[in-house]
Amino acid sequence: MSVAPALLVQNLSVEFRTRSGVVKALESVSFTVAKGETLAIVGESGSGKSVTAYAVMGILDPAGHVTGGTAMLGGLDLLSASNAAMSEVRGREIAMIFQNPRAALNPIRSVGRQIADVLIRHGNVPRKEAPERAVEMLRAVGIPDPSRRAKAYPFEMSGGMCQRVMIAIAIAAKPSMLIADEPTTGLDVTTQAVIMDLISELSSGTGMATIFITHDLALAAQRADRIAVMHAGHVIECAATRELFERPRHPYTAELIAATPDRAANLDELASIPGALPDLRRTDLPPCRYSERCPRKMTECDQPLPRSPAVAAHMVACWNPLR
Amino acid sequence: MGNLILKRLLLAVPSLIGVVIVTFLLTRALPGDPAAYFAGPAATAEAVEEIRVKLGLDQPLIVQFVRYIGDLSHGDLGSSLTTGQPVAAEIKRRLPASAELTLLGLLVSMAIAVPLGILAATQPGSLIDHACRVVTTAGVSLPVFFTGLILIYVFYYKLGWAPAPLGRLDIFFSPPPQVTGFYLIDSLIAGNGALFVASLKQLILPALTLGIFSLAPIARMTRASMLAVLSSDFVRSARASGLSSFTVVVTYAFRNAMLPVITTLGMVFSFLLGANVLVEKVFAWPGIGSFAVEALIASDFAPVQGFVLTMAIMYVALNLIIDILYGLIDPRMRLEA
Ligand SMILES: Nc1ncnc2c1ncn2[C@@H]1O[C@H](COP(=O)(O)OP(=O)(O)OP(=O)(O)O)[C@@H](O)[C@H]1O
Ligand SMILES: [Mg+2]
Repeated sequence: MSVAPALLVQNLSVEFRTRSGVVKALESVSFTVAKGETLAIVGESGSGKSVTAYAVMGILDPAGHVTGGTAMLGGLDLLSASNAAMSEVRGREIAMIFQNPRAALNPIRSVGRQIADVLIRHGNVPRKEAPERAVEMLRAVGIPDPSRRAKAYPFEMSGGMCQRVMIAIAIAAKPSMLIADEPTTGLDVTTQAVIMDLISELSSGTGMATIFITHDLALAAQRADRIAVMHAGHVIECAATRELFERPRHPYTAELIAATPDRAANLDELASIPGALPDLRRTDLPPCRYSERCPRKMTECDQPLPRSPAVAAHMVACWNPLR
Repeated sequence: MGNLILKRLLLAVPSLIGVVIVTFLLTRALPGDPAAYFAGPAATAEAVEEIRVKLGLDQPLIVQFVRYIGDLSHGDLGSSLTTGQPVAAEIKRRLPASAELTLLGLLVSMAIAVPLGILAATQPGSLIDHACRVVTTAGVSLPVFFTGLILIYVFYYKLGWAPAPLGRLDIFFSPPPQVTGFYLIDSLIAGNGALFVASLKQLILPALTLGIFSLAPIARMTRASMLAVLSSDFVRSARASGLSSFTVVVTYAFRNAMLPVITTLGMVFSFLLGANVLVEKVFAWPGIGSFAVEALIASDFAPVQGFVLTMAIMYVALNLIIDILYGLIDPRMRLEA
């Protein structure tokens, strides 16, 4: 890990205080992303991938509270920064794109103006030049006939086009860090590949670090330099992509890899992981939230999990890892 | 946009025809005999019968209806039995008074309800959120004539801040030369500041009464729709792109949140038209509401028909304006047309 980290998240904990109880959505989540690197965060639905991204961006729902940890972006801790400082950083230093791009765009504002809004806010672009620059941005993300498209509304565009617009908005201020939360879910397979190519092209061109959130381990394997696996609000393993696939250490990771369609020779080999995520509102959650589903459970598993630093080359949170 | 307007106008035609038929039948079904009322209590049976023939009331309904339609096509709404005046002229004279009052009432209530709803939604659980809840509950449970009487009692009788609730202008003033029929606007056109103030003073209490009446639905709708929009995906992504919270709340959230509020306005306005009748009675307002009430009591059906028809046309016109407004804000509507 010679390159300086673009983002260093350590011991991030988040809870949602709801009427039906406190949801301990994240507990001591740590990971790092180096400049120019792509880190994939994978995990099944509800494992806390989006909450991690929202907490780092400072856009959690009002019910969500960061109860501990730091997220260092350059010299700034995003988790303790003031609202004013955060709104300077958001969109300028760290940007995000979302799943369901059409819903993520303002339905009654033309896409050109939505890009212009961000340019005016961050890009030091004079108000008068902004529309023209917005058209350039649309061209940069590969939208054909950009000057006509700039006047279009989200409902007049395909999902893939909308995601390109979202990407244009996200990279408008040339951020050093891009978080892509399932950017291709709901798009057809060809468009998925095109959007992913666009993101990697943009990041390799500018040295932008990328966090790519997905529940698709196979897609993560194709696109990411490193992979962090999440389960029920914990990062349970984090390693370079090849290392993770060749030598998975956490039993859950091993199960996930076995369940990935690309790896299985045929459908019979496609294992499914027994059990479900524990209810995160429980007050008696075990220290290892996988222990109740785990075939390798031992008595030590009731001890607090072993801590390993966020920058470890191959981090695993398990008392009885494979190998 | 032109297409949209044309389409809505065409859609309004059947409902207007329906209104014409229904009001005609309804007024004939009213209790009371107009001929007897017109002839007076001392009249003999022959005299009443004579009047009935003169008014054409002895004819079968269908004949009466055909005659009514014929008159209507010339813009003739018949004449009042009690005053002998043509109804169309009377309505034309009184309509601006009602329109000025109702529109000002709507304006007052929007000026209070919309900011209240937005603040309540952006600061849930705060003092202003609770205030919003109290206002919407109180607004629903207060009958409109009661609010009017309370306001008169406090601001005219007790405090003496408001003028006597006796119509559009104090007797010392004469109305401005008619341009729009709205005293507030006409007095400004005439450059008469004193007259403007005088007519505003008369308007404040009745407009406030109507405003309080329509506050609740608008505030409630604004709050609910603002809350929904604030938790939507595009507001989250607008935040994530670092737009200032002013831009996020006003340019992004508010404009989207106004769409359902505008739709509610149509409904609120139809409530207001009804409430107007009572408010005009309480404040001796020379509008079409009080005109219709008097006619109704006298079984004088030409003015009642004229009134209902006018209301229907106003309602259709207002909904058209709302559709146009909606289309201006929401590009998806424009495409649909
Ligand atoms: N506003 C909220 N209130 C209460 N709990 C929440 C809220 N948002 C998220 N959670 C909880 O946090 C946990 C993690 O949710 P998150 O959305 O991060 O999952 P995810 O990994 O992104 O899943 P998906 O793949 O479905 O997007 C879930 O258990 C969820 O119930
Ligand atoms: Mg998610």
